[in-house]
Amino acid sequence: MEAIAVAHGPAHPHEEEEYTTTGIPHDKMGMWVFLCSEVMFFTGLIGSYIVLRFATPLWPPPASVLNIPLTAANTFILICSSVTMVQALAAVSRGDIRRLKLFLCLTLLGGTIFLSIQAVEYWKLLHEGFNPHVSLFGSVFFTTTGFHGFHVFCGVICIAFVTGKAFLGKYTQARHQGIETIGLYWHFVDLVWIVLFTIIYLF
Amino acid sequence: MSSSEHKTPNYMAVFWWLAGFTAVEVAYSSLLPHSHKTLLILGLVGFATIKATLVALFFMHLKFERKSLGIIFGSTLVLGVILVSVGMAEHWLPKP
Repeated sequence: MEAIAVAHGPAHPHEEEEYTTTGIPHDKMGMWVFLCSEVMFFTGLIGSYIVLRFATPLWPPPASVLNIPLTAANTFILICSSVTMVQALAAVSRGDIRRLKLFLCLTLLGGTIFLSIQAVEYWKLLHEGFNPHVSLFGSVFFTTTGFHGFHVFCGVICIAFVTGKAFLGKYTQARHQGIETIGLYWHFVDLVWIVLFTIIYLF
Repeated sequence: MSSSEHKTPNYMAVFWWLAGFTAVEVAYSSLLPHSHKTLLILGLVGFATIKATLVALFFMHLKFERKSLGIIFGSTLVLGVILVSVGMAEHWLPKP
């Protein structure tokens, strides 16, 4: 009987969180494996940028084209949203649902502001004539930051989803794996931006 | 944490470290003459590595997770470094 239960997963829905064959909840393990594939994806993009940057003698200094103070402020906002995300997880772990909702809303706000500032940056650059066709720098800049922006967009959608669930009272102190899983993705997106900001904007 | 109970880290301290490093990084990049390329690269890579490590250890809780998870994630980072290094080898190695 026990063997059947293991083969088919938990017998009762409330046991879902405890069911694991690796010692790590399956959705969390799945997210980590997905993040590993994302590491390779961004390595391809960042690696291409580095190789092309060193192989091209006349590469414009990023500060001459890009708005560094604006993007530094945007980096700060993304770091803030990462902190609010981890505070949301800490709040639900303590059973503080009111703070969970507050921190999830702040994270959502941070992600939305980040995307808005990136959209303004793109709009300004395009109007100044800096586009993917103008140079190799333009091409790799828009490709790399664009793919990261798409990841942030997906993260914002996912956070909006878990925020909605939090307002519907779906998370408790005992059941909040979804918050942790989405949080992992969000922190990874922050981590990638830390690397991208350094490589593309500062060097 | 549903899988590993641990003492909650001081997230605000990590946040201030991250914010501080970002400010120092921007100042370092703008103040250091770009003719000092090696110094610039080493400094910026160092800052980025410290910040990324702080996020992974404390916000993603790798510090408190099972070692196997760290090994899985770390191995992809090593593969990434190898991939970029192989690409850069063409630039670094003397041309025939």
